[in-house]
Amino acid sequence: MIEIRFHGRGGQGAVVASKVLADAAFRENNDVQAFPYFGVERRGAPVTAFTKIDDRHIRNKAMIYEPDYVIILEASLISAVNVTEGLKDNGLVLVNTKDDPDEMAKRLGVKRAACIDATQVAIDNKLGSKFQPIVNTAIVGAFSSVSGVVKKESVVNAILALPRYAERNAQAARDAYDQVRISGGA
Amino acid sequence: MVKELLTGNKATAYGAMLARAQVIPAYPITPQTTIVERIADLISEGRMETKFVKVESEHSAMAAAVAASNTGARAFTATSSHGLALMHEVLIWAAGARTPVVVVNVNRALGPPWSVWADHQDAMAQRDTGILQFWCENNQEILDTVIMAHKVAEDPDIMLPALINQDAFFLSHTSEPVDVPDQKMVDDFLPPFNPKEKLDVDDPKGFGSLVMPPQYMEFRANMARSMDRARDLIRKVDKEWEGLTGRSYGGMMDMYRCEDAESILFGAGTMMSTAKDVVDDMRNEGRKVGIARLRIFRPFPVDEIRYLADSVKAIGVMDRTYTFGQGGPLYNEVNAQLYNHTNQPFTKNYVIGVGGRDVVPRHIRSLFDDLEKVRENGYGEEGEIHWWGLLDGKTPREEM
Repeated sequence: MIEIRFHGRGGQGAVVASKVLADAAFRENNDVQAFPYFGVERRGAPVTAFTKIDDRHIRNKAMIYEPDYVIILEASLISAVNVTEGLKDNGLVLVNTKDDPDEMAKRLGVKRAACIDATQVAIDNKLGSKFQPIVNTAIVGAFSSVSGVVKKESVVNAILALPRYAERNAQAARDAYDQVRISGGA
Repeated sequence: MVKELLTGNKATAYGAMLARAQVIPAYPITPQTTIVERIADLISEGRMETKFVKVESEHSAMAAAVAASNTGARAFTATSSHGLALMHEVLIWAAGARTPVVVVNVNRALGPPWSVWADHQDAMAQRDTGILQFWCENNQEILDTVIMAHKVAEDPDIMLPALINQDAFFLSHTSEPVDVPDQKMVDDFLPPFNPKEKLDVDDPKGFGSLVMPPQYMEFRANMARSMDRARDLIRKVDKEWEGLTGRSYGGMMDMYRCEDAESILFGAGTMMSTAKDVVDDMRNEGRKVGIARLRIFRPFPVDEIRYLADSVKAIGVMDRTYTFGQGGPLYNEVNAQLYNHTNQPFTKNYVIGVGGRDVVPRHIRSLFDDLEKVRENGYGEEGEIHWWGLLDGKTPREEM
């Protein structure tokens, strides 16, 4: 089973990101689960969401404590929440930031990190507002690129099934797929 | 059949749509709200021909559902926690009036302290109302159960309301693949509701009026007999559904690898789904363990508990709530069935996951270990009821 934990703030779309990723994997004939863990359902509060992907039926209903991947929708959460808690030894952290992935890996104390300026990608694709861009679809596109867990087309198809601004969101995923950078120069 | 990614709440709405619920009065409450929203969407999209009634409380929601059912309409509603508590009076009315309303309850803790997370107190507190109780472990089971529950509840030999339980967030807000059955198949399985007696302005009759003491007790005994008859019907409906979809939920109880088990854990909801994974791991290590998952709480699975008692050595009962005064509700029920039975396995109560505390595989393994240790060495100072994972130091720290 592949386990992915999302950290975001209420209103950024972490919950939708977890569902889009699950839907993409579901389209590749996997069993999936996507679910949120809310503290309080309000804008700005830290939100955690989970996606589980397996080629076997998933019965485990517990939250994720030892993720293979951690996806951070806003870099300010790094100092607010223990984002790398339980990350598997060879796990990967994907962060929405302009920063360099090697420096990010060092800062987080992890072996592998990837960075995407999902905020800029979202603004370029007119998703949300300049002050509150919706970065969730961009970050799932970037995740597809650095992890290989799901194909780009699957992510795009999952996004195209969303009720609003589907094409702009799909383009954000494609852009982020191309722009994401990973530590170690890969 | 089409597989879709659905949350437990969407699966609930789809169940109501496929069951062709005719009247849905509902009041929103976290974490049930998206059920009401989704039903409103389905109606506005023209996919449901349902009269949706906006009400000002859950008490009114249930009252409107009972009235609709009285006229011969298939009535459905959904609620959670404090909402179900507020419905309590009308649940008793629905049962006494023999109106087979189906209610989906998103199991959530009651306050204070305020909590929106998974807990079973809301449903267990409705034990004595006369409502049938179904319990689910995944979203497929929710959708299927909405359809099956209507069939059981509306049977002329039963005519009792039904409560369907699904864990807050662990199901209500979790997306997973769900087979959405074909409408035609559901229509053949679940014919329109057509009660013998109904409210009709052209043929006036009295419903729910005063009876004298000699009659009241006869009415109550009739309800009790209907509730008892539901056991066989639930098994039959489960088999019929399996024939159509390949999916069975075990009839009165979901038993997983119990055949030659020495120790089993019994409990309700999503934590028992997680526990099945642990049983597979422990079986691979040669441990004879199994899971009995509560599928039906009312009527209680008496035969199934006694059947297990004939072969297992120990039953650990997991309660996601507590009956203040003595033990968890499921523990009390299990022990009650064993007292007059020839074989009495060792039992112990684990109060766990209360108010949304996550129940993880490590906990399940620890419960099996504890159950086997205590069976050999006795309860000790701690007694027969263990609140698992409290900060009081009684649960080993590494197992919390």
